[in-house]
Amino acid sequence: MTLQSMTSRRAGSVPPRYHVLSVLVENRAGVLARVSALFARRGYNIYSLAVAPTDDERFSRITVVVDVEQAPLEQVVKQLNKLIHVIKISELDPRDSVERELMLVTVKAPAEVRGQIIELIGVFEGRIIDVGHDELALSLDAHPDRLDDLEDLLRPFGIIDLQRTGRVALPKLERS
Amino acid sequence: MNTNGGQALIKSLELEGVEVIFGLPGGAILPVYDPILDSPIRHVLVRHEQGAGHMAEGFAHATGRPGVAMVTSGPGATNIVTPLADAYMDSIPMVVITGQVPLPSIGTDAFQECDTVGITRGVTKHNELVTRAEDIPMAIRQAFHIATTGRPGPVLVDIPKDIVDPMNPASAMNWNWPTDAEVSSSLPGYKPTSKGHPKKIKEAAALIATARQPVIYAGGGILKARAAEVLRSLAELTGIPVVTTLMARGAFPDDHELCLGMPGMHGNYTAVTAMQKADLLIALGSRFDDRVTGKLDGFAPGAKIIHVDIDPAELGKVRRPDVPIVGDCRLVIEEIIKALNALGGAESRLDITPWRQQVSAWQEQYPLVYEQSQDSGLLKPQYVLEQLRDRSPEDTIVTSGVGQHQMWTSQYWRFNHPYTWVNSGGLGTMGFSIPAAIGAKVGRPDRTVWAVDGDGCFQMTAQELVTAATERIPVKVALLNNAYLGMVRQWQEMFYEERYSEVYLSPDLPDYVKWAEAMGCVALRVESPDEVGPAIDKANEINDRPVVLEFRTDASEKVFPMVSPGTSNDQIDLGPLQNGLGR
Repeated sequence: MTLQSMTSRRAGSVPPRYHVLSVLVENRAGVLARVSALFARRGYNIYSLAVAPTDDERFSRITVVVDVEQAPLEQVVKQLNKLIHVIKISELDPRDSVERELMLVTVKAPAEVRGQIIELIGVFEGRIIDVGHDELALSLDAHPDRLDDLEDLLRPFGIIDLQRTGRVALPKLERS
Repeated sequence: MNTNGGQALIKSLELEGVEVIFGLPGGAILPVYDPILDSPIRHVLVRHEQGAGHMAEGFAHATGRPGVAMVTSGPGATNIVTPLADAYMDSIPMVVITGQVPLPSIGTDAFQECDTVGITRGVTKHNELVTRAEDIPMAIRQAFHIATTGRPGPVLVDIPKDIVDPMNPASAMNWNWPTDAEVSSSLPGYKPTSKGHPKKIKEAAALIATARQPVIYAGGGILKARAAEVLRSLAELTGIPVVTTLMARGAFPDDHELCLGMPGMHGNYTAVTAMQKADLLIALGSRFDDRVTGKLDGFAPGAKIIHVDIDPAELGKVRRPDVPIVGDCRLVIEEIIKALNALGGAESRLDITPWRQQVSAWQEQYPLVYEQSQDSGLLKPQYVLEQLRDRSPEDTIVTSGVGQHQMWTSQYWRFNHPYTWVNSGGLGTMGFSIPAAIGAKVGRPDRTVWAVDGDGCFQMTAQELVTAATERIPVKVALLNNAYLGMVRQWQEMFYEERYSEVYLSPDLPDYVKWAEAMGCVALRVESPDEVGPAIDKANEINDRPVVLEFRTDASEKVFPMVSPGTSNDQIDLGPLQNGLGR
């Protein structure tokens, strides 16, 4: 599925076929290759993937959004668990997790529309990170849906470059 | 610094209890071969690295202990990829050490460099590139731990030359030998489950007690878990008949009244049909392979499933079980027996006598059949195998390649002891037989070891008979020469309108007897039925060198029964001698 068709889905958070897995792994050379090779070999499409060390530098966390039905998902998780360097896998239900993603975007901004764009990024509480004669570079870190929204609203101005990081997520804290 | 990486590697293998390494040296692994001269470990010098891998597998099959192979970088490593894949599919514990170019050269396309860890990632249970000499003992301990626990499998350790070469300062290290606790804590993501869940075990017992037409579907996991004895206890306690898959032949004695033999594409009628008609399948260390199930949605349609496997990923992978149990087969079966006994005696279970009678009736009506005419010159392969079986010691270890000869061996041999059948099930590796037999004979020198082989398979790995002759490993080869890639020929005959494409091999080229003699074997050609017995007797008397018996067999003979690919197991084809028996 392309980014285009993903972003055209507006309602709700992650579409139902998508699952967010949070995979705690040993922070070692080659671990990402093992994980991504497993997805490729079993024929599962990775929609987005973000990886970085945790607070404990021995471990990294991979947040991966996969495009599978529920039944194959169980196989994905079980096969991932067989990797020696995988410590723990949790599926994050979007309703019970906090999710963030970072987007950098360069947009055409001639003088006559520049004010509108600045206003827009203000509404989204994003930032202007670079300024050119006829262009602006913006950043926004927020829930992935908010990124979708900003992206849609910026498109009519003319997006020159866009880069998103893929989502990262953690379970929501329990409040009782 | 009191040692170097090369010496530490060999010492680590010694401390892991390794008795034999199958291998072939080369540039990158050279420094490790020097300390082998001073080690009590036996090294068997193979003629091709694939041979080393299959020998290690054969050794592991026959002994239950991990097989060890050592090869050099680049082509040495790529040549052992097939055995790794084979061991991975069949869950064989194996440790493979590969040399690698020195660390500073990695990534430069150096001579004999390849990305061994990358290439073998998908065909190993685990692999590691070691980057520091002092990490070698831990890497070896981890490799053996991972290879032999949980679901066994192959582990590869890739060792750059500089950290084992005493001439290089990078190899200097202080000896250290990690404790069990240190090994466990170094693998925080690896915790195989061995004990079954008590609630699931109770559920399993309840299902068994209320089944009218149960079948035990025993797989290779029984052998890996050393569970043959408890399997027998379970069968005898409940009277439930047992099918043994291709990987489980010998896990339950063929002579036992409850044994139904092999199920699947070339399984016998009773084993296949009993599973189809069962109301409960007790899958123990088996994985619902496509060669067993046939067309999946037609497989055992009325059966509830108890599935016991040490690998959680097998449960529900193919067929969703009613009672999934993750655990070691031996421990789980013991618990199931306890749970059954807790329910009461035989009166606590439904009477399955009518089912047993039905199964016996099938056995009587549909035995395996073939016809050997005594005067014609054409030998039937089944006749050769029956003679071989009857004239060899009962605990003979039999290995096979892949194809028709493999199926006939599995069908016609009588496996009454575990660990007597060594074959390539999952990957289906032609050429497996001879090197696997050599490995098995090294592991069990007290046993007679027969390699049953086809002419196609023989030509893939026969060079290892030079290894056998040189190292005085007296294996025996029964070469069924039908001048064809027989199984492919069978499919072309049955499914491609007898259009034989690229399957003819010639019976005389090569001259197998001359070739075998040139490799240091005693060799005999057998062409008529009356020569079969005496030739086998003669081969069984020779114990100082390998023997090759070349049997000229009938190329038109096909393996039956057969469930055609893509069809349900209900559509079993019994072959021309039995079709129309009026089922």
